Amino acid sequence: MKDISLHLMDIAQNSIVAGADRISISLSVQGDPQMLIFEILDNGKGMDAEFLKKVTDPFKTSRTTRNVGLGIPLLMQSANMAGGELIIQSELGKGTKLQAKFEVKHIDRIPLGDISETIKMLIMANPNISWSIHFTSQKDNFTLDTDELKHHLDGVSIANNNVLEWIQNTITDGIKSVYGGVLDEVN
Amino acid sequence: MKSIEELKAIREKTLKEMSIRENDDKVRIVVGMATCGIAAGAKPVMSAFIDELNKRNINNVNVTMTGCIGICRLEPVAEIFDANGEKTTYVKLDAEKARRIVAEHIVNQKPVTEFTVGAAER
Repeated sequence: MKDISLHLMDIAQNSIVAGADRISISLSVQGDPQMLIFEILDNGKGMDAEFLKKVTDPFKTSRTTRNVGLGIPLLMQSANMAGGELIIQSELGKGTKLQAKFEVKHIDRIPLGDISETIKMLIMANPNISWSIHFTSQKDNFTLDTDELKHHLDGVSIANNNVLEWIQNTITDGIKSVYGGVLDEVN
Repeated sequence: MKSIEELKAIREKTLKEMSIRENDDKVRIVVGMATCGIAAGAKPVMSAFIDELNKRNINNVNVTMTGCIGICRLEPVAEIFDANGEKTTYVKLDAEKARRIVAEHIVNQKPVTEFTVGAAER
């Protein structure tokens, strides 16, 4: 996976398959040395301790569930490669929290990629899920919550093309104001 | 920062358009978006489908995603479900092929046989 937006697309499917109806996606830059922290929090079916142990091992995954495989090992590889780590916490019946950390200035840190397009596609394909998006850095912060948008949209689908375009543009602006000058790939 | 006012304006405009447009049967384009698909380039394919449909102002097609369809070696894969329930599976896609499928399959209702799983497996 060459950027974080592709990992996001991939990992978010795990939450969807786990039956989550609330998925929170957050990116933050913090600490010294500066770390980029990518987090997905869901209220899906969760995993028990034993499954959780196996989940980062591509060769021990159960093929029948189909919601695990190479996705998590690849994300772990991307994080480890950039001086970071992958942390997964999960509770059966409650949900899962996945965090991938990357050292911002590490030469092997993958870029953000087109985060706003990925989120647009996720909302488009899963309009009934409540998506909550957060970006933070020392410079600014940004939040978008699809439940709030749905309230304003009253009668118009969130999956409407014009609405999705607005969402994508809003997220792009959010990324610029939070990460412009903070991450090299954002101007 | 885009304003909520802007969103409300989009809502008003859409509500007006909705009342004119008749309720067509929905065609569905389902893009395989599991790890295998994404790694093979499914995201630009989905992006091209969306963009081409928007450009042509086609509103009765629903673009969505699914997990692994089971033919990872032929990714990126997309399935098109026509209004009559017929399914066509397209394989080894890229953005250009996706645009052709919109023009030929969606608009002219002629499946692009050379991109189908049947042609690839021959």
